[in-house]
Amino acid sequence: MSISDWFKAREARRYTAVNGERVAGDVPDGVWSKCSSCKRIVYEGQLVANLRVCPHCGNHFDLTAFERIDLLADPGSFAEFDAGVGSTDPLGFVAAKPYTVSLESARERSGLTEGVVVGRATIGDHPVVLGAMDFRFIGASMGSAVGEKIARSFEVATSERRAVVLCTASGGARMQEGMLSLMQMAKTSAAARRLAEARLPYISVLTNPTMGGVTASFAVLADVVLAEPGALIGFAGPRVIEQTIKQHLPKGFQSSEYLLEHGMVDEVVVRGQLTARVTTLLGYLAGGGERA
Amino acid sequence: MTRRHVMEFERPLVELEAKLGELRQLELTANPELAAEVAALAVEIEALRESTYADLSAWDRVQISRHPDRPKAQDYLAAIFTDVVELHGDRSYGDDEAIVAALATIDGRRVAVLGHRKGKNTRENIARNFGMAHPEGFRKAMRIMRLAEKFGLPLVTLIDTPGAFPGIEAEERGQAWAIAESLSLLSGLHVPVIAVGIGEGGSGGALAIGFGDRLIMLENSYYSVISPEACASILHKDAGKAAEVATCLAMTATDLVGLGIVDEIIPEPVGGAHRDPGEVFGEVRGRISAALAALSGSDPDELVSMRYAKLRAVGVIEEVQG
Ligand SMILES: [Zn+2]
Repeated sequence: MSISDWFKAREARRYTAVNGERVAGDVPDGVWSKCSSCKRIVYEGQLVANLRVCPHCGNHFDLTAFERIDLLADPGSFAEFDAGVGSTDPLGFVAAKPYTVSLESARERSGLTEGVVVGRATIGDHPVVLGAMDFRFIGASMGSAVGEKIARSFEVATSERRAVVLCTASGGARMQEGMLSLMQMAKTSAAARRLAEARLPYISVLTNPTMGGVTASFAVLADVVLAEPGALIGFAGPRVIEQTIKQHLPKGFQSSEYLLEHGMVDEVVVRGQLTARVTTLLGYLAGGGERA
Repeated sequence: MTRRHVMEFERPLVELEAKLGELRQLELTANPELAAEVAALAVEIEALRESTYADLSAWDRVQISRHPDRPKAQDYLAAIFTDVVELHGDRSYGDDEAIVAALATIDGRRVAVLGHRKGKNTRENIARNFGMAHPEGFRKAMRIMRLAEKFGLPLVTLIDTPGAFPGIEAEERGQAWAIAESLSLLSGLHVPVIAVGIGEGGSGGALAIGFGDRLIMLENSYYSVISPEACASILHKDAGKAAEVATCLAMTATDLVGLGIVDEIIPEPVGGAHRDPGEVFGEVRGRISAALAALSGSDPDELVSMRYAKLRAVGVIEEVQG
């Protein structure tokens, strides 16, 4: 199945589930959407054919974890692991609403158990562990379960001598698990280090948005850091910065392009070229070079 | 006399103490009734003192951890280490005063020391950015980590920061990158690493130098994924709910021992470390020395795998039925 066929099939599935359940105010059900960037109308058919990139302005719409995986993995190659690993509520956290309620509704809405999906796959025939975060799941924030699945990804890859490709999208560490979440930053960074010591490649793809404790840990520890156009990427959120320094932020601040300019990412890659680019990079990094 | 910094929860006590102080200025010998009242007030104050400092809430401890007179990293360096040589700069951009880096000796043992550095007054705090490091601060820390690794020096870190600085330049110079690299480097050091929470443990900026083979916390220090104020304003749209949120976040030393993150708690004098710094220095010095002695002679690879196993064990997960 080609990527666009897959997206069409997926969209068809989505509509059967969505009908009557999510009828947005000014967007007739399942026919067209309004681009959040150029505000123009985009027909779903166009959006699907174009990998959910706005044909008018190039705005990259969010992808779900499985859309992302199907974009990158060789057809039929993805085998998820740790699919059932989920966070609990170890702190009994209640603020505004109980964390257990947030977890439940995130599971219901996304059909996922957590904010990241990981598994074995091939990309251009290179064996990899591939992971993708799903922002719909409590902002794909990193708590115990996300940290565990990311650490497992590096460990599986290290022991099976696979490369790692991770597509990030996250609001940062998950507040509702307190310090357990913060420590996942150290845990995932340590796991990434072990992969690096085994001289296995790691490519990260930073997508909109990648912030806080996810950026400040495994996301940027890759050998090659790619970013999608127009993604918001950084440590502190723009509002926190504005409140702290009491200044307006420069235009495009913390965008992929801005980070490229400041030397923080290797390349900004449009979605249509992402799979080819990752494949080429794996060819360079996964071949063992002159040591092979 | 300098004005005493009064923390929210001790205000009623301080007000009574002030009243008592005024009464004691009066001529009491001629007024036995008033003298009796003063004596009663003194008893009341003692009882209140006891209850004020017993069973401190998480939010009370946050106040203590931020007390301006609380001993700072540089105070520990001066008090419990000898032959201190401070090292400066990240060799790339500048010298971030929010991080202190040094070679030092503790009880005859040569070590490398890293700490977040706050100031004692406004002038110092401006120079040190209130202990909030920029990327060059973390890159300076990494220089010292590499030095420790190269020369086999154990590393002692002192954690005391509200967080990494959220600013335009910090982002432009790669705040997230610097923290991530520091986490990675620290996790792989082949020398003993002792981390001690002496005050504020604010999020990623604290963690960048804030974990190791032993994580020890002072009784009234905190360590948190997010500041209670920021958490309250995100979840409740009301920073005033910080006290409530502080309890939820499980950020005290006791909470963190319960979660398996912190190994040891160092008790503080009643009211906080600033009430008797000398006592605290002695205790901290003893604990660091004991931890270093326990880890001394460890196989370097074993140290790294044990540290990894320790990190790896942190988290609570379940198998969710799909
Ligand atoms: Zn558009």
